Amino acid sequence: MTFFIEVLAGGLLAGVMYALVALGFVLIYKASGVFNFAQGSMVFFAALTFVSLTERGWNFWLALAVTFVAMVAVGVATERIVLRPLVNQPQITLLMATIGLTFVLEGFSQLLWGSQPHGLELGIPDVPMEWLSEKWNINISQFDLFAAFVAGVLVAVLAVLFQKTRIGRALRAVADDHQAALAVGIPLQHIWAIVWAVAGFVALVAGLMWGVRNGVQYALTFTALKALPVLILGGFESILGAIIGGLIIGASEKVAEVYLGPYVGGGIESWFGYIVALLFLLVRPEGLFGEKHIDRV
Amino acid sequence: MLYREAGQFKSTYAQDLQILPIAQDRVAMAVLLVVAFVVVPAVGDQYWLSALITPFLIFSLAALGLNILTGYAGQLSLGTAAFMGVGAFMAYNAMLRIPHMPIVGAFIVGGLCAAAVGVVFGLPSLRIKGLYLAVATLACQFFVLWAINRIGWLSNYSSSGVITAQRIEILGYAFDHSRDKYLLTLAVVSVMALAAKNLMRSETGRAFMAVRDMDVAASVIGIPMMKTKLLAFAISSFYCGVAGALYAYCYLGTVEPEAFTLDLSFRVLFMIIIGGVGSILGSFLGAAFITLFPIFLNLASKWLEHMLGIEMSHAVVSNSEAIIFGSLIIFFLIVEPNGLARLWQITKEKLRLWPFPH
Repeated sequence: MTFFIEVLAGGLLAGVMYALVALGFVLIYKASGVFNFAQGSMVFFAALTFVSLTERGWNFWLALAVTFVAMVAVGVATERIVLRPLVNQPQITLLMATIGLTFVLEGFSQLLWGSQPHGLELGIPDVPMEWLSEKWNINISQFDLFAAFVAGVLVAVLAVLFQKTRIGRALRAVADDHQAALAVGIPLQHIWAIVWAVAGFVALVAGLMWGVRNGVQYALTFTALKALPVLILGGFESILGAIIGGLIIGASEKVAEVYLGPYVGGGIESWFGYIVALLFLLVRPEGLFGEKHIDRV
Repeated sequence: MLYREAGQFKSTYAQDLQILPIAQDRVAMAVLLVVAFVVVPAVGDQYWLSALITPFLIFSLAALGLNILTGYAGQLSLGTAAFMGVGAFMAYNAMLRIPHMPIVGAFIVGGLCAAAVGVVFGLPSLRIKGLYLAVATLACQFFVLWAINRIGWLSNYSSSGVITAQRIEILGYAFDHSRDKYLLTLAVVSVMALAAKNLMRSETGRAFMAVRDMDVAASVIGIPMMKTKLLAFAISSFYCGVAGALYAYCYLGTVEPEAFTLDLSFRVLFMIIIGGVGSILGSFLGAAFITLFPIFLNLASKWLEHMLGIEMSHAVVSNSEAIIFGSLIIFFLIVEPNGLARLWQITKEKLRLWPFPH
């Protein structure tokens, strides 16, 4: 039983990590209807920039600030150069454009900082919590809990941003209807630039968390693939969905790997999340919290 | 001046239904086929045939398969590489396990197995649409790759999952030379492209397009949704499966499961986007562009190094290539979202009027 709880908790916390990446997707999809495949490479770019700056002896906060500025610059540039000329194109075209952006970002970050892997330390050791392992014999990493805490804070901040501020209202208006938002005088371009900047910030946070866990290396770009089942399970438009989806995927993946994996040869983590998400989609085709789509002829 | 349809009258329905209604087009197509079947094998050297033209044709076939699904039936798929993988490995098994299996039969078996997998993973399309479906097809991509890696039977229990394609032999003639393999690929691709062109002009093809344009409306006018969507998945995967088998037998020779990763799916998707979604010609143009462009970039970077007299490290070159490749895709999408096929169409329309402005 303790073992099961340990696996479950580990899975849930891994799910939080997936959700961190998924959040970036949701933000951009909500506000601009773009499925931003480049989120994974944004995570990679952010983490690599940050770690390279700190390795050059920069102060933690300074490096964080500079990386944030860089992410904002990437976001604004993407909006201007890539998305603005593609307004009103079908979704598949926008998706392809972001896949193109993935190539550019990956090439650019490796050209700038080199392609060797880096380790990343944030001062929180990735070791089991002592009192938990002593008292109940459950091993849960301290860092995982920290990541969960960060994700919680992030979601809270985003919720406040979306619900309480002027920008947030504008964002929601744009998400609801581009044209109506334009008609009441919301500057669409600014809003998109802001959303991309916020998504860049989320990518930075996700990059730091994943960087501590797995090291900052090219494989970080694959975090996007981990976030995709989370996204379709939770629904593209829902921040809450990203978190809940992350928890479900993370937990079921870990439990399946431990209890089912040995029977089928292991390594099922690569696809199990997708199958779980598919099963959910069969019942709710727009994800758990996605917007219901009504087709009219 | 030369490209005019003036004076060419259609007097029967058959003439009206021709694939190439203008005489000049027919001549051009005939010339193209003669060049492809006779001139290219005669003048092309080993490198050109085996490293450029054959993979171009194979990718054209894969792009054609994806185009049937995404371009005509409107179901976005990111699992192309998986279908190709199924085709390659099942063709290998057919050759291995069935005595006296003809190679073309093995290709068909590979295609049919891919079609079966396609139907299974196409089932969610009845419920899920658009981007959700695209992500769902990733399940197929990862699952199939995992299965090929894990199920030893598929790779005849080779330790690393690598298979070596058997020798191609038809009616006692061994296809060893790259020229022979090129001709075999060309023949298969030509026949299947013609079939696809005709299929898209048939009732089935029109049903696909109706589903693509609006599936609710299509079902209202009596197009069976399940049959049409699953048929699209089956036909598309069949094409991809045959392309995968050709990829293994006529191009790679030795195949590892990692040849069929998500990257390959993306490449094929790029091909149809750049070539033109919903166009047979576009599949070929896009495949030509995506296969030849990296080679061109490579040559260009070598030339640049030579001109500037500097030595660029391998990492710098490959990263710059990635940047240029990505930017070019974005550039293409912005400038011509309908792809190269649309450019070709515009050229043809201009050509009909030339040299007059109107």
